[in-house]
Amino acid sequence: MKIGVCVKQVPAKDAPLAIAETGAWIREADIGFETNEPDGFALEEALRLKEKHGGEVVAISMGPERVKQTIKEALAKGADRGIHIVDDQFFKLDPLGSARSIAAAIQNEKFDLLLTGLQSDDQGFGQTGVLLAELLGLPHATIIMQIEVTEGRMKLKRELEAGWFQWVELPLPAVLSIQSGINKPRYATLKGIMAAKKKEIAIVQRGSLGVPDALTQRVQKIYIPQKTKKTEFLSGTPKEVAAKLVEKLKHDARVL
Amino acid sequence: MKILLITEQREGKWNKTSFETLSAAQQAVKQTGGTLSGVVIGKGVAALADELAGYEMDEVLLVEHDLLNQYTPDGYTLALRQVVESAKPDLVLMPHTYQVRDFAPKLAAALGKGMIGDCTGYRYENGKLIFVRQMFQGRTAADVVFEGDAPWIATFQAGAFRGDQAARRQGGKAPVKSVSVELQPEQIRTKPLELFREAKQAVDLTQAPLLVAIGRGIKAPENIQLAEKLAKALGAEMAASRPICDEGWLPMDRQIGSSGQTVAPKLYLALGISGAIQHVVGMKGSRTIVAINKDQNAPIFEVADYGIVGDLFEIVPALTEELEKSKAS
Repeated sequence: MKIGVCVKQVPAKDAPLAIAETGAWIREADIGFETNEPDGFALEEALRLKEKHGGEVVAISMGPERVKQTIKEALAKGADRGIHIVDDQFFKLDPLGSARSIAAAIQNEKFDLLLTGLQSDDQGFGQTGVLLAELLGLPHATIIMQIEVTEGRMKLKRELEAGWFQWVELPLPAVLSIQSGINKPRYATLKGIMAAKKKEIAIVQRGSLGVPDALTQRVQKIYIPQKTKKTEFLSGTPKEVAAKLVEKLKHDARVL
Repeated sequence: MKILLITEQREGKWNKTSFETLSAAQQAVKQTGGTLSGVVIGKGVAALADELAGYEMDEVLLVEHDLLNQYTPDGYTLALRQVVESAKPDLVLMPHTYQVRDFAPKLAAALGKGMIGDCTGYRYENGKLIFVRQMFQGRTAADVVFEGDAPWIATFQAGAFRGDQAARRQGGKAPVKSVSVELQPEQIRTKPLELFREAKQAVDLTQAPLLVAIGRGIKAPENIQLAEKLAKALGAEMAASRPICDEGWLPMDRQIGSSGQTVAPKLYLALGISGAIQHVVGMKGSRTIVAINKDQNAPIFEVADYGIVGDLFEIVPALTEELEKSKAS
């Protein structure tokens, strides 16, 4: 099975976010980046499918030079090679532009299966997998909790809302968006990290793919959200804040 | 502006967020001037179309086909593309459900248009609609506008608008028009099988008046007993955000949020929960929300009535002690 996995690099969870001067993105200098957590579940699922059915796992990432680190981490965990779609202004793309770029970069790969995480922890559009399926002419399913592959078909467990699930069947090739929590992603071993150094990362300039620049949507500005509620912050030593909170809950909120 | 509202049903039952988006659509039609068409899609759903026609709108489009009996992304996209291309709306609105997430980007790509998803609201300024959505897991908001020609697709997050405020139609029901669509069995590549629920819900957290909820900040399963002691002192039930249940530290039926339960207790005490959108939609209706988190910028504080910035491993035991003391006195 030839499996492609889309992995995105996003600001680290605990990175302090400051709005850039343009107002439409964050200041990227001085903050750490990491692999988008939901994509880690997709990568793990790809590696497990390869272990079971044989084949190859290719990690695909788009963005500036720094995203190579995310590809290298995927290679260290067991992906066989990487594709880096280089674009220093990746954050300006809309979901359709991103998906068109990825589709153009991988169309000759003819993957049996293309996996994505559920959404990115930065922009959170949550559209890439579904868009890729339509652009590549493939069937898809999202929010996947279990994958069983048998003779060119898959049986998939989809999560629905409010505790409901559904089994669906899909032919291969296909695109799947993986639900977070489907598995426990592995850590890279020292051996894996060493082996990764010899693995190939193909470079594709996004500008060379012939994807139109016209946007379908544009982020005008980002900002710290306005509070919908006035939060009363309690401060002091742990003992003091505990006493204050109990007072508030008893006498002001009257919930105790 | 001509607006097309696409409602959602499963096995003849509404997804109630359809009415929240209806409420948004009615408001947008009033502000921009124009018309509103409501779409009901499926098989054997004429009764739902009739019900929808009782709400303030210009027409209901009933889209029925044997191949739409069960939801598939192929079936819905093929059918709705035909509806959009014949109705020619400026704006297509849908609730941001799991099902919509599964097909709406496909519909947008098929039309070559943009979709702004998971919006928490919109503004109408200088003749233009500006959609507001969250980014960075709710740590920032973003104003997003459409570029290029209509139609545009936008979806609204659960709870963004009030479904009970959707206006009823004055002077009789709106006309219901059947729209026929062309679908072939071989175009549907997904084979939907059975719907099911996992293990029966052991606890019904929606009935609990007090909840102590834990998130990633609890760090390790052995620390959960700290929160459990607090819950015991309060007489509260334990709840959790998704990562805790994914790790198996608490059972799935304790999960609050879009993929778990939606609750509105008297008191919701969030310990080490950052407040990602998916969690907040499940608890923001709580009467009093207390958040304890080490990050003062955590989005959970946006919905909290009382906030404590600090180390939960110090504060929670102090709080438990204080509650026991106050009970004893």
